[in-house]
Formats: sequence, C-alpha cells, structure tokens
Amino acid sequence: MAATISGDGSVVFDRVQKSYDGEILVVKDLNLRIEKGEFVTMLGPSGSGKSTCLMMLAGFETATHGDILLGGRPINNIPPHKRGIGMVFQNYALFPHMTVGENLSFPLEVRKMGKDEREAKVKRALDMVQMIDFIDRRPAQLSGGQQQRIALARALVFDAELVLMDEPLGALDKQLREHMQYEIKHIHENLGITVVYVTHDQSEALTMSDRVAVFDDGIIQQLSTPSVLYEKPENAFVAQFIGENNTLMGTVQSVKGKMATVKLDSGAVMDALAVNCGESGSRTTLSIRPERVTVGGKATKSSADAKVLELIYLGDHIRCRMNVHGNDDFIVKVPNAADHTHLQVGETTTVSWGKEDCRALDA
Amino acid sequence: MTDATTDTNDGMALAADGTPLKRRLAQALFRSKLRALGLVTPLLLLIFFAFLVPILVFLTRGIHNDTFEVHMPSVSVELGQWDTTSEPTEAMYAALAADLILAKETKTIGKVASRVNRELSGTRSLFTKSARKAKKLEAPFKESLVALNKKWGDIEVWKALTIASKSWTPAYLASAVDLKYNADGSFERKSEERRIHLKLFARTLEISVIVTVMGLLLGYPIAFLLSTLPARTSNLLLILVLLPFWTSLLVRTTAWIAMLQSQGVLNDLFVVFGLAADEDRFSLIYNKTGTLIAMTHILLPFMILPLYSVMKTIPPTYVRAAKSMGASDWTAFWRVYFPQSIPGIGAGGILVFILAISFYITPALVGGEDGTMISNFIDFHMRKSLNWSLAAAMGGVLLTIVLFLYYLYDKIVGIDNMKLG
Amino acid sequence: MIKSLLLGAAAGAIIASSAMAAEITVVSWGGAYTMSQVEAYHKPWIAKTGNTILSEDYSGGLAEVKSQVEAGNVTWDLVDVELSDAIRGCDEGLLEVIDPSILPAGADGTPALEDFLPGSITECAIPTIVWTTIFAYDTSKIANGPTTIGDFFDTSKFPGKRGMRKGPKSNLEMALAADGVAAADIYDVLGTPEGVDRAFAKLDTIKDDTVWWEAGAQPPQLLADGEVAMTTAYNGRIFNAVAAEDKPFAIVWDSQVYDLDLWVIPKGAPNKEAAMDFVAFSTATEQLAAQASYISYGPARKSSASLVGAYHTKPDLDMGPQMPTAPANFGTAIQNDFEFWADNQDELNERFNAWLAK
Repeated sequence: MAATISGDGSVVFDRVQKSYDGEILVVKDLNLRIEKGEFVTMLGPSGSGKSTCLMMLAGFETATHGDILLGGRPINNIPPHKRGIGMVFQNYALFPHMTVGENLSFPLEVRKMGKDEREAKVKRALDMVQMIDFIDRRPAQLSGGQQQRIALARALVFDAELVLMDEPLGALDKQLREHMQYEIKHIHENLGITVVYVTHDQSEALTMSDRVAVFDDGIIQQLSTPSVLYEKPENAFVAQFIGENNTLMGTVQSVKGKMATVKLDSGAVMDALAVNCGESGSRTTLSIRPERVTVGGKATKSSADAKVLELIYLGDHIRCRMNVHGNDDFIVKVPNAADHTHLQVGETTTVSWGKEDCRALDA
Repeated sequence: MTDATTDTNDGMALAADGTPLKRRLAQALFRSKLRALGLVTPLLLLIFFAFLVPILVFLTRGIHNDTFEVHMPSVSVELGQWDTTSEPTEAMYAALAADLILAKETKTIGKVASRVNRELSGTRSLFTKSARKAKKLEAPFKESLVALNKKWGDIEVWKALTIASKSWTPAYLASAVDLKYNADGSFERKSEERRIHLKLFARTLEISVIVTVMGLLLGYPIAFLLSTLPARTSNLLLILVLLPFWTSLLVRTTAWIAMLQSQGVLNDLFVVFGLAADEDRFSLIYNKTGTLIAMTHILLPFMILPLYSVMKTIPPTYVRAAKSMGASDWTAFWRVYFPQSIPGIGAGGILVFILAISFYITPALVGGEDGTMISNFIDFHMRKSLNWSLAAAMGGVLLTIVLFLYYLYDKIVGIDNMKLG
Repeated sequence: MIKSLLLGAAAGAIIASSAMAAEITVVSWGGAYTMSQVEAYHKPWIAKTGNTILSEDYSGGLAEVKSQVEAGNVTWDLVDVELSDAIRGCDEGLLEVIDPSILPAGADGTPALEDFLPGSITECAIPTIVWTTIFAYDTSKIANGPTTIGDFFDTSKFPGKRGMRKGPKSNLEMALAADGVAAADIYDVLGTPEGVDRAFAKLDTIKDDTVWWEAGAQPPQLLADGEVAMTTAYNGRIFNAVAAEDKPFAIVWDSQVYDLDLWVIPKGAPNKEAAMDFVAFSTATEQLAAQASYISYGPARKSSASLVGAYHTKPDLDMGPQMPTAPANFGTAIQNDFEFWADNQDELNERFNAWLAK
C-alpha cells in the first residue's frame, strides 16, 4: 500500500521501555526482531507487558524509551492511522452501525479507493473467510465465530503487510477456537503476511506460531520456536508456563561440562543438564516433563522413589500423581499401552528419566 | 405425549388433553399477565387520576366554557335560535332581563360579565350595572333595556352574547392561534396590534431549538471527557455536573442575574478589560440573550447525562479499530464514534427540547420582553387575567405541537433509536 | 412563599385565651408593606384577642382566591387586594359580603361610613390605605432631577433606562399625562381607540429604554443597582428604601396614579368570624394611623390623618408630607378608574402584551 509505511512487514523493538506512572516499568528493555512473513506470538500471563507491546506497535501507546522500527523505519512519531497495520481486537470491534460489507469497506474508503475496487476487495476478503453470504448483515446478527471471521477479514482487506491480533479467539468456545487457530494459520501461510499475535493461552501459541516470545514481568523470558520452548525451556518460569512440568528444588554441588550434580533438599543427589543453574552452591530448580518419566527401572542418579497418591484414567493415558522427594504434585503420564504397568494408590515404586531430560534451571 | 403435542387438527397444534396449544398457552400466560398487571395497578391508577384526568379536564376548558349558558339560561335558548344578523327580538330582551335578575340574585353576574367582556371589551360594566337595576325593568323590555343603556341596542353586543352562549366553542383555540371566532361561525385573523400568540409559539420553538443545539455543542465534549476519564475522576466530575440540581432553579436563575446584569460581574469584567465602555455596557439579561444563556446552563445536565450514559457504553476499541484501519482522528470520530452516540443525542435532545419548550420561571425572571415564552403567557392567563379557558387552549396547542414534533422525530430518527442509559 | 407564624406576642396572651384562640391566615404583598401591617395591625390584635396569625405573601391578583373557592378548599381568611380585584371578586361571588356596620366610628366620633374616603367601602371590601404609582430616581446619579411626568418620557433630556411595571395599568395613564392630557380627562381619552393609540405611541418613545418589573420590591432594587435611571414604583417602597436603608432616592409627585388597598374575605374562609373581627380592628382610626408610621401609604380614614406621627425609627421624620394624600403631593394625581379597567383590562392587556412582544 502506497499510503502506509508498514513496508516489508518486519518489526524491530530496540531497547523499548514503557511506564504508565513514572515509577513502575511495565516493559523493561525489550529487544525483539520479527522478520517479514513471520508469525510471532507474545505469550504471557496478564500484566506481563505483552499487550502493552502490541499497543505500542499499533500506536495506541507511546514508548517511554527506545525505538520501534517498522520495515526499517522508526515509527515512534507516526500516528496509528498512518502505520498501515491491520489489527484484530479482542472483542472484534466490528462497527455495530455498519453492515459487514460497510465494515470491510471502511478502511478502503478512508484510503479514497474507488467503488469498484472496494467491492472487489471486500468480496475477496469475505471469500477468504467464507462469509460472502453475510455481506448485508449487521454484526449483532452474527454469532461470535462469524464476527471473528469478519474482524479477521477487515484486518486483511486493505492488504496490510503486518497484522496484529490481540487475543482474538479469547471469547470463543474451545472447539471453535481450535478450528479458528488452523484457519488463521492457513491464511497467514497463504498471504505471507507478518502476524504478531498476543495470547495467554500457551497451547494456542504453540499451535500457531513460528516463534513465541514468553513474557513475564516486562521481560521476554525466552524467544524460540514452539518445540525449543517446550523441550528446552531456559528458565523455571518458561518451564512452568509452557506445558506441564515437575519440579524438584536443590543446590548445585558441582558443574562438569554440560552436566551438573544437584543435591536435592531431601538429601538425594541427582544428575541434571546444566542449563541455567549457576555455579556450585547456588539454588536450582530441576525441571522434568511428565511424559519423559517412566515407571520402574533401576535406582540411578536419574531416578527416584515414588509413592502413588492418585490415579486418573484419561483414555489414552493414565495420569498418575505421586510423591517424589517431598513433592506431592509430581505427575507421571503412563501410556495406556497393551503392556503398561498397573499401579495402585499407596504403592511405592521407582520413577526414572534420561539424565538430559532433567534440566537444572534458575531457582 | 409426543404425538399429542405434535398432532395437528386442521393444522392446529394440540396439547396433551386435545385442546389447541395456542389456547393452553394463552391460559398459562394469562395468570402471569394478571400478576404483572396487579403490580403496576397502583402506578396506573396514580397516573390516571393524578395526571391524565386533571390534564384532560383542564384541556377541556379550552373548548368548553358553560359560564354563560348555566347562569343565563333563558337568553341562551333565545340566542340559539337567532340568526345573528336580524334585529334582536323582544323575546330575547325579555329573556335577558329575567336572566339579569337571576344572575344578580345568585351573585354570578360578575362571572357572566367577565365571560362576555372577553368577547367584546367594555361590556363588563354594562352587565354589572344593568343587573343592579334589572328588577325595575318593565315590558316592553327592549325599550326599557335600551333606555337603561343604549349599548343594549347594539347588535355587536348581541353577537358577543351569542358567542358566549355556546358552551362548546372553538373561540379559545382560535384565539390561541391569533384568530377571531365570529358569531356567524366564521374565523378571521385578529387585528395586527393584537396578534401575539403565533409569534410566541414561534419564539418558544426557536428558543427551545437554540437551547437544545447549544446544550449539545457544550454538553457533547463534556460527556465525551467524562466517558473517557478513569472512574474516580469521572465520578467526581459527574458530581460537579449534578451539583446544580442541589440548588433551586430560582437560585440558579437569580445567580445569572447577578452575573449578567449591566452592573453585574461579567459586564464589570468587560469594562475592566476595556471590552465595553462603562456607560455603554452589554445588555445580557432581560432579553433573549439572557433567556438563552440561563436556560442553556440550567438544562445542560439533562443533555450531559443521557449522552454520558450512552458514550460510556461505546468501547474505546471502536475508535482504535477505525484508526488502525487508516482513519484519521476526525474520520474515526465522525464515522465511527458519532453514529454510535446518536441514541444519546436523541435522548438528550428530546429531553432538553421538551423541558425547554415549557420553561417559564427562568424566562419570566430574565427574559425581559423579547425573551418570554408561551408558558409565560399561559401563566399570565392563569394567574393574572384569570382567562383559564384561553390558558387551557394555549396549553392544548402547545401539547399538540410537542406531540407532533415527537411524531416527526419518530418518523425521521425512530423513537427506539433513543437511549436514556 | 414566606410563611411566618406570629405566635402570641406575650405568653400571657396565650394563657388568657387559649380556649378561644383561632389562627387566621392573612395574605398580603410582602416586604416592607406586610411588615407595616404586622406592626400596626397584627401584633396589637394578637395581644388583644390571643388569636394567632399566619402571615403569607402573594403577588396580587385573584387567581389563588379563585382556585381555592372553586376547589372548595379555602385556606386564606383575609387578603389584601387592589380595588379592581375587590369589585371583580365580589361580582364573581368569590368574596364574602362584609357588613360595614361592624366598623367602629372614627376616633373623633365620625360615623364609619362618613369617615372613610368617599365611595371606598364596597360590598365585599373594607379599605385600609391609599397607595400610588409614582416615579422615582437616584439623586446621587442625576443632579438636577426630573420634576414632571414629561421628563420621565424624555430620554434625551435625561438619558438612561426607565423601569416600568409590566402591564398597561397606570402606564397608559402616565403616558397620556406626559402627552399633555389633563388628569380629569385621562379616562375619557383612554376610552377611545385613538386615545389608546396615543398612549401606546407615547410608550413607544421609550420602549427600547425600558426595563419591565413585576414585583413591587424590584424597582428600588433596579434603582440601587443602577440598572435604570428612573423607574415607576409604589411610593411606599421608595419611601422605605429612603427611610430604612438611607438610599438617595427621590419621588416625583406628578401625575401619579392612586388606588386603594382593601381587605377581602374569600368565600367560605375557615375563620370568617375572626377575620371579620380583625378587619374591624385593623381599620380603626388608630391602627390606620399607626401603620402610616411604618410606611408612607395614606390611611383610608380621614380621622387618621391628624394622628399620623413620625417614622417609627426616626422621630424627626414626619410622615405627614410623605403621604400620597398630602396636599403638596396631590395636585395632579390621577384616581385609578376601576370600572374602566374592569371593562377594558382584557383587551388592553392583550394589546399591551402584543405591543411588548413586537
């Protein structure tokens, strides 16, 4: 688009800070580079600063310090309506006094586009979300999912290179939400646009994104692809926030190369992958994914005694809550395979894992 | 069960016991409707007896005045048969003499005299004086009455009696729109120097429209500000908006007198800053300007509150969405925000307009002569001239205008497109 | 409406006659005028009878009386009205007939019917005072003040705004007088269409410079605020501003219109007997004379004139010359013709209102 400056759609946050009251920084020293065509999700609990980042990018908030670059150009002083960024809002923000067609036509009208061109673009955008039959309806006459599609079409209709989505699926039920996740993903792939997506739902983030930026306390805790985030969390927050996680607290005894020896608070000594645990003597959190734990096996430095506290039958697997080294919430997933171990509540057994699957993180 | 409810008999759905489903439903709903009616009955009765009935009874006065017919019964009968052009007959004079005696005895001659005097000025004393001497009248009554006062020979007097003798009369309604109702049933415009009501209705509408528009221009930004501020600040400001309600209308109006009079605060400031010469100060009060300023101020909260309550429900994301799509601040406001605030404008506008159209204390105090409104004249006829029938007729015309404008609003904007919060 | 309950002046009065005590509602015009009635009539009557008085203010006219009588819910016992309203209310059956034989003879022994001003006692009303509509100005603002009614209408000789009562009554008379009509001929001229045109033409000359007032308390205020250079007013109000508030106002006694104020009893008044007693008491020679020491309205009894003393707070301010009836003030006075106004007020009101709105 000639009138807009979104350029190739790449985004750079360069040492951006934001404070609302002059005392507390909601965004602390944010550095982030988003490539053209990428789907990046900002994930984090509420109050983590992710929405603020999106609003600064859209132009509704100004950065207290630092630069935001769009297509290589700083945009701090450019008002939102000149940024050419498409945006899907949490509650869709479809204009209630306009029909679906008028809603979609609006961004084209303000760009002084001719009538024929407008109609063609509106039709194409509605086709994309399979909503062409609803062109004359009012938003109030549509279901939540339909409104969501219209909001999506409206953000795309003026060919923005960059589209921001602020928890767009938050109001939908689970089934519809999952369906829309795929649909948005497909549209992203087909159009090759850059998408910056904000959500607090980690599974949504993992499903859709090329890369995920996990926010907490105004800082990006980890920026990686979904698989790396899950498999190799770099700190305790990310490990805890993404997927399910068992933790054991301890103190580093020694670090040798990639591996560390950790003395648990219960007295046992474990081997763990030294990811982010500091020197010997420092406190550490051991993180073990439930699905990497197996029941039975010999006692090693990668195993522990476990007492079965609770069993939940979930069809494809059995969820087993155990006490391991004083942790009552140690979860093990036992696959419902033909020959799986049959555990009883109250029974004591051994659980073990590969030593690389036990990650020593910050405390 | 299933077949009973879905089976159709002549295309009609039936309930389990075979009765038509619609009737069963109506019976079931009837009880709940009855209960609902019971709950609102006290209010309906109150509205009916304390609001509708008095208004209707009073409005009836505008077309019905039986003072003459009741207190002068015989001559009323005679006048009913008179053709209004021929010479009044002896029978009419005789009936008049009898009625004068009757009215004198019942002490109602004053009422009758007032009634006729409104039709023909100067006849009041003709009646009261004649009634005092009526007992001495002898046949032939025509000669003796004319001898008593030669005005009794004037056919115009008899025409006035004829108009007064009709209890149901359009005379007052006609007078309320500057028409004169003649004895022969025709209407004509009043003479130039007595036309006033149409001008006043027009001025009342004009003032009301200007006050509404000014209220909108002043109130819209305030309501917008209130709706965008954080709750704590906006509640504080809202209290400031409501503050005027805590003082009486009279006090607020009087305060404007102190502000605007030629030796008032505002003019003093103008003089201090050299905007006006000391001996040539601005006339800001006792004229239309004063009425407009004071009324706009007094009615402003009634504009702000509906606007605010509607604006509060407009999420800020709409404007953000519009801007994200490339709309400038103005376009986002005009195309997206403003249309959604129209229900508030409608509600505030109608509220202010209807309150303004019947305003009377403020224009009475600060209006001078060109800032008075129709209500001041209704008040005048209620309290000073005691012409309640004319007051009722003017009230009826005013009510009709308001209802017509309301109808017009419904046609153009739609009444359901109005929201009070 | 200001309600002030005047409780028995002394506790003793209450004890003496609590069994017989009645409470009557007396309605008058408020301000300094009501105050003069309270001092001269109410307080002595309360002390004498042990009854109490509820004093209310109103702004004239018969509307409230008519409403109360027609609704059958009369709460007022006694009302101070103008002559035209007294006649009209009586004609319309809104007022009780008052038998003049209840009135005491004058202090000098003159029978009541001869003591009151000629023709002032009517079927339903007993007069108390003579009041006038005069015009006044502020001597501190106009050095060589106006002396004739002509000056009031001459804005080139005396620039500045004029205050006038919003209504045709007395304005039309003054306009004709300023236009050269003699006091005796005023109502004859005003009775003709040409005469009315002539009066309105004269009013036209100052219309743009006029501030219209409605309540009697307004004109002194307009003068004090400098809103007007001169204004018509009730003489008592101007006197009160001068005597009680030391305002530098002066009254011009030329072609003033004088009228009566009278007591009337609304038909069906709840305390008719007590109200009658109050009427007889308050219109006695002494009470009327006493009132004149509080406000400069002339007593309606001839026998009161010789008893009129000094202003109640200023022993050296003799009230005699302040009276509208004083010979020096009375030369060109116009007597309000109630019959003319009864006949013509509807039409002249309409014409006046139309003229105002033009």
